[in-house]
Amino acid sequence: MNCFSNIFASRLFSTKVIKPKICIVGAGPAGFYAAQHLVKKLDNSEIDIFERLPVPFGLVRFGVAPDHPEVKNVIHTFSKTAQHPNVRFFGNINLGTDISLQDLKDNYHVVLLTYGAEENRQLNIPGEDLHNVIPARKIVGWYNGIPDDSNLEIDLSGNTMAIFGQGNVAVDVARILLTPVDELKKTDITQHALDKISQSKIKQVHLIGRRGPLQAAFTIKELREMLKLQQCQTVWKKEDFSSISKEIVENLARPKKRITELMLKSLQDQKSDVDGLNVFKPIFFRSPLEILGNKKVERVILGVNRLEGEDILKQHAVLTDRQEELECNIVVPSIGYKSVQADPLIPFDQKKGIIINNNSKVNTGLYTTGWLGTAPVGVILTTMSNAFGTAERILKDIHDDNLLNEDKGGFTNISSILKEKRVPIVDWAGWEKIDKYEIEEGKKHNKPREKIIDVNKMLEIGVS
Amino acid sequence: MALNYIRVARIFREVFRVNTCSKLPRRIFSVGLPALNKKEIEITFLKANGDQINTKGKIGDSLLDVVVNNNLDLDGFGACEGTLTCSTCHLIFGKETYDQLPNKPSEEELDMLDLAYDLSDTSRLGCQIILTESMDGLKVTVPATINDARS
Repeated sequence: MNCFSNIFASRLFSTKVIKPKICIVGAGPAGFYAAQHLVKKLDNSEIDIFERLPVPFGLVRFGVAPDHPEVKNVIHTFSKTAQHPNVRFFGNINLGTDISLQDLKDNYHVVLLTYGAEENRQLNIPGEDLHNVIPARKIVGWYNGIPDDSNLEIDLSGNTMAIFGQGNVAVDVARILLTPVDELKKTDITQHALDKISQSKIKQVHLIGRRGPLQAAFTIKELREMLKLQQCQTVWKKEDFSSISKEIVENLARPKKRITELMLKSLQDQKSDVDGLNVFKPIFFRSPLEILGNKKVERVILGVNRLEGEDILKQHAVLTDRQEELECNIVVPSIGYKSVQADPLIPFDQKKGIIINNNSKVNTGLYTTGWLGTAPVGVILTTMSNAFGTAERILKDIHDDNLLNEDKGGFTNISSILKEKRVPIVDWAGWEKIDKYEIEEGKKHNKPREKIIDVNKMLEIGVS
Repeated sequence: MALNYIRVARIFREVFRVNTCSKLPRRIFSVGLPALNKKEIEITFLKANGDQINTKGKIGDSLLDVVVNNNLDLDGFGACEGTLTCSTCHLIFGKETYDQLPNKPSEEELDMLDLAYDLSDTSRLGCQIILTESMDGLKVTVPATINDARS
């Protein structure tokens, strides 16, 4: 009875009801989590996910460190979403060159931009153009198989690396460079990076931050991993902790308290003898002023900072006139990412490096979520929560802004544009072929996967 | 007479409903059943929006297993699939229940909880809570995953 009436109702309405057509640009966590929520809440819809590269998953594939395979388990949920009958994946489509934002707005009721933040911020100091100054983002792309970063020129023949920035990306780079190669061999790290790292002479990594231990950006899991790393000793500078009294620690909220206590305990247990071990050296209250060297990095000049501000956790660094020199063979800026304006129609804040948006809404029918809208902060939980929130907002606006006022062409029209421009498309079945190939290649080297780094090779396998 | 009949019927219905739905008869029945399968206990998830999900879980399973096996409608729950690398299976327990949980949180679990929204003193990760017989009737709160500030 119920069943019949449902069929009857949907037939009755099918001529009147316009099917929502939504496109998502960027197949990373933000895009997939938004798609997951939208497809769940909309009974009948067309949700198309476009990706610049032929392969999906964004930073889960290209950002998450190879020795953190558990974090990549989210791929299972993303794949389920991609296989939903109302969801399609189209890889190798570049917004701004292959299609324009206007094309998308003309053919979809909702356009959601989630193409992330891929450009690194620069230190903007003299010497940044010297050989062997390499942004962390590029090193991550190099060991994780971003096609553009596969030919990275990196010289690991010296023994000291100086990383500027203390976020989890900075810690990831330090850890990958200091992890015994036998451990890395078991991961899906790219072969070209593994070959180079196995010859690495880096024994000492400085992790340098402008502010103090209380303002450090790395999270406790990443710190604990460094403290437990085999054949590696973490060495703190005692004076960096001199202003952190017991009373201050007691009054911190639990997360900050636990990470501060962990640093203090590690400092207390610190062994003076690091003979033969790799060394990880967090340094606080220092800003890079100049990188010096004859063509190649030889040393950096550091300015000593003091902190100012009422709120102890939000104090900012102020340079004093004291300076120090630090000898090093490679400098790695890791001070954050910014997004790019993929299409001139996108309202973009060049300074912040994000799309101008109000709680994820850009303008009528146009939205953004993930790092493109929030700036690159937070863990995957943050991106997930924001993506669900954005999806809720879209669902509400579909009604409030009357977004379904006319039928739209959807991918049928987009595909004609792409055909005209001869853009090859990798669909989900194409990705599955690439996935299978990579896993097979990995088996040959006892690795979970050997990533393809050549876009042409991806297309050869993935385009039907 | 007629009125009385209706009243009696309503009372009967109410008594009947209460009897079939309360835990008491079920417990009596389950004791009488042969222990062919792992025993199941009742669990209630209280969602941030006020919804309640009543479900069952097998002893020995984790609370994450319960959510997955029963296909419960909890968005984004258990993203890392129980590998202690995210905090999306964050649950909040009553103080008394929390104190009685058989295992205490490991450092690694606390590390992940420190990244959770709405962290409380009685927070745990669902993937680390293994069901025991004494947890029958357990009630846990699922914190909001959607950031309230955005809506």
